Amino acid sequence: MSAVIAPAGAPPAAPKPAGFIRRLFRDKPLGAAGGVVFLVFLFCGIFADVLSPYGMNEINPLDRLQSPSWAHPFGTDNLGRDMLSRCLHGAQLSVIIGLTAASLATIVSVVIGIATGYLGGKFDLVTQRFVDAWMSFPELIILIVVVSVLGPGMPQIIGTLGLLLGIAGSRIIRSAVVSVRENMYVHAAQSIGSGTFRILWRHILPNIMPPIIVLFTTRVGAVILAESGLSFLGLGVPPPAPTWGGLLSGSGRTYMFQGPWLALAPGLCLTVVVYATNVFGDALRDLLDPRLRGSR
Amino acid sequence: MQAYILRRLLALIPTLFFASVIVFTTVRLIPGDVIDLMLSQNDISASKMDREALMEVLGLDKPMWSQYLTWVGSLFQGDMGNSLWQSTPVTERLAERLPVTFELGLLAILIGLTIALPIGVYSAIRQDTAGDYIARSFSILLLAVPSFWLGTMVVVIPSIYFGWSPEVSYISFSEDPIGNLKQMLVPAAVLGAALSAVTMRMTRTMMLEVLRQDYIRTAMAKGLPERLVVFRHALRNALIPVVTLVGLQAPLVIGGAVIMEQIFGIPGMGTLLLDAVNQRDYPIITGVFLVVGLAVMVINLLVDLSYGLLDPRVRVRS
Repeated sequence: MSAVIAPAGAPPAAPKPAGFIRRLFRDKPLGAAGGVVFLVFLFCGIFADVLSPYGMNEINPLDRLQSPSWAHPFGTDNLGRDMLSRCLHGAQLSVIIGLTAASLATIVSVVIGIATGYLGGKFDLVTQRFVDAWMSFPELIILIVVVSVLGPGMPQIIGTLGLLLGIAGSRIIRSAVVSVRENMYVHAAQSIGSGTFRILWRHILPNIMPPIIVLFTTRVGAVILAESGLSFLGLGVPPPAPTWGGLLSGSGRTYMFQGPWLALAPGLCLTVVVYATNVFGDALRDLLDPRLRGSR
Repeated sequence: MQAYILRRLLALIPTLFFASVIVFTTVRLIPGDVIDLMLSQNDISASKMDREALMEVLGLDKPMWSQYLTWVGSLFQGDMGNSLWQSTPVTERLAERLPVTFELGLLAILIGLTIALPIGVYSAIRQDTAGDYIARSFSILLLAVPSFWLGTMVVVIPSIYFGWSPEVSYISFSEDPIGNLKQMLVPAAVLGAALSAVTMRMTRTMMLEVLRQDYIRTAMAKGLPERLVVFRHALRNALIPVVTLVGLQAPLVIGGAVIMEQIFGIPGMGTLLLDAVNQRDYPIITGVFLVVGLAVMVINLLVDLSYGLLDPRVRVRS
């Protein structure tokens, strides 16, 4: 019985946080820098109301379309609204949507991945065909269709993105579960009569933490990017909420030819944040779960 | 090989079934909406009829499963229903738009590969040099830049500083092939740049793996020129996962095409979908949704089948 032999390459157990952070800074300086940038962005998002020099929708007709200056570091838009304040509030929306949708996606991935990976059999087969079908639709198209049915708004976007990325990500969790399931300690637990739920909770879940953490990190960037694309098409969080994608479309687009800084600030914010989460996610993956390398 | 193709086609059936269910249920979640919208707009044909009559005409009064069966039945006859607003067949609208998006996507993939392959190969054969480092940073950067921002900048910056702006009206390929290609080139390049990031990384990883193989060392040892070893021995073997990746990117290409069409005013599937969404034109939304899903499945099938052509081992084994 091959199942008795513990498979090589079993995932390493989650390391202790303090030592891990030291290793991250030593071995992956770029990834660590990405993590720091992400924390700064998180901070800006949480304290946007305090940090913003002006209100996000404070209209000031005298200062319309001003180029970047000390008073308005990112310039002002066609209504004289301060772009820095708007970008900070955009960060807030991105933080909320990014973290909640990524959490939801990870939970969905874990539930589907564990159920199909551990139970296997016909249930797995049918679910996998469903996941196949689901993954042949471009996420942007599904988002557009769902928003067209439910109308634009934050809860819809978080729910859809979470479900969407969650189903797609279930493959990664499933493959991790399949490789853990044949370990000796799982068989031992089964033979002493542990219940399925107990095995999943106490034996499987702790051992697939590394891919779960990595999945969550990479999802944050993906969600932020997807939401901004949707807002850009005018189907995201409705204005006057200053989402980064929304700032690049609509009235912003019309005035960009007079004030190119209108296009610069939100785009740069997006790029920097997504870049930071990407390199941070890559570094985490290399350190925690080398098997996933090259899967993205 | 034939058995392989057959098995692959059979595996497609349940996937197709689920895909059709997903499309159908997502779009019909709120069937009443379109009626409200039609009645609220002062559409003459709609305002004269009452609600029930309209629902009956559109077939929305029957239970879900019966609507689904009717829908699938007519799909097999190549009938996707009529647009709720223009009452032209959905298939006709799709046939107009599909080639445009297809052209844009194909150009984007080609441009993506022309950027990615040389840089990926270079990065691998000069591993850990400054050039490799720059190439890798460049690819992670491309991954982070949202394509809609890049597209917007490409429209805004040259028009401010050089007075150049992209064509406003669409030139069809049959009218003026060169004008059409010129118009498509910029959006395709923006989309291709985004695609090239992942391909570049994959090419590098696969090349590094292949370059460590014994037969590469043998080829080098017998004094073959490096160029020959890299391109004939290594690249051909590294290419298979890269081809798979291009197939996996199909949904990304189509999603990106929607945005590019919007920015550059190209009348493809994306603009059709967005217009339909604004009007709640469900048959069109369903049609686009379904065709896009089908296209991705067909592309992935072709990619799987292409392994046989690229790798003789697959042909023999199956």
